[in-house]
Amino acid sequence: MSETPQWFDEDAGPVVRPYALIRGRTRSSGADIDLVATVRAGAEPPGELSPEQALILRAAQSPISLADLAVELDLPVGVVRVLLGDMRDHGLISVTSPRAGRSRTNERILKEVINGLRAL
Amino acid sequence: MDSVLSEDPVALKILIAGGFGVGKTTLVGSISEIKPLRTEEVLSDRGIGVDDLDGVEGKTTTTVAMDFGRITIREGLVVYLFGTPGQERFWFMWDELSYGALGAVVIADTRRLTDCFPSIDYFEQRGTPFVVAVNCFDGAERHSIEDVRIALDLDDDVPVMLCDVRRRSSAKEVMITLVEHSLRTLATAG
Repeated sequence: MSETPQWFDEDAGPVVRPYALIRGRTRSSGADIDLVATVRAGAEPPGELSPEQALILRAAQSPISLADLAVELDLPVGVVRVLLGDMRDHGLISVTSPRAGRSRTNERILKEVINGLRAL
Repeated sequence: MDSVLSEDPVALKILIAGGFGVGKTTLVGSISEIKPLRTEEVLSDRGIGVDDLDGVEGKTTTTVAMDFGRITIREGLVVYLFGTPGQERFWFMWDELSYGALGAVVIADTRRLTDCFPSIDYFEQRGTPFVVAVNCFDGAERHSIEDVRIALDLDDDVPVMLCDVRRRSSAKEVMITLVEHSLRTLATAG
């Protein structure tokens, strides 16, 4: 009580708390987005964007996974997922599930992975 | 960059599991560029006394970091490695992680084999192909692969191997063994 811990700059945490960016929500509308789902910027001309939405659009100019986006933005996966859900609703991005074809992965791809790993 | 939409990239998930401090982070780092992925955990009563929730009683999640690595096989084909959180209170995250996963590596330490029981149970129940990689810690008593297989009560088709997670070549061998095992499982399920 006598001594309050002192935090400065980055130690004090982000200026805007991560969950404030998404107004306290922890779930987005629509289907949940998988950690390795592919995100792409859409063709829709963006209107007014939040700084995070602008960053996402820039990062998703070429296809990028949700996990990679979270690392790039340094935000928790759950926060990025809700942001993406909103952006998908507004047609700003498209999201492709990694299991669109249901079959886990085909033989050809796994053989390619094995050869790729050997070549590392 | 492309003027037309390229074919959808293929993203494969591999999970790295095992008890606390068994070498999951080291394995991911040996074979891929490792990045800390921030994720959430649901606060349970286990957090009481650890996480101060005064004034934020409505708060039900907190942030934890998870090991995350990626191996680019070629453009459009990427293998993602996720280190599964080592404590029981993170179990809820496993369902998401293991959904659609290509397979899992369970790292075992022969000095405390029981630590990897929960992981093995989990993947057996979910039908996720997995291999057991026995990390040979310096000075740890070495056991034969057969001893480990018996102690863990593994099915005959589950690969068990010795490894040194600090060595890239060893980590590579573990990954290749897993993908080959997944391929066989796929063919059998055919």
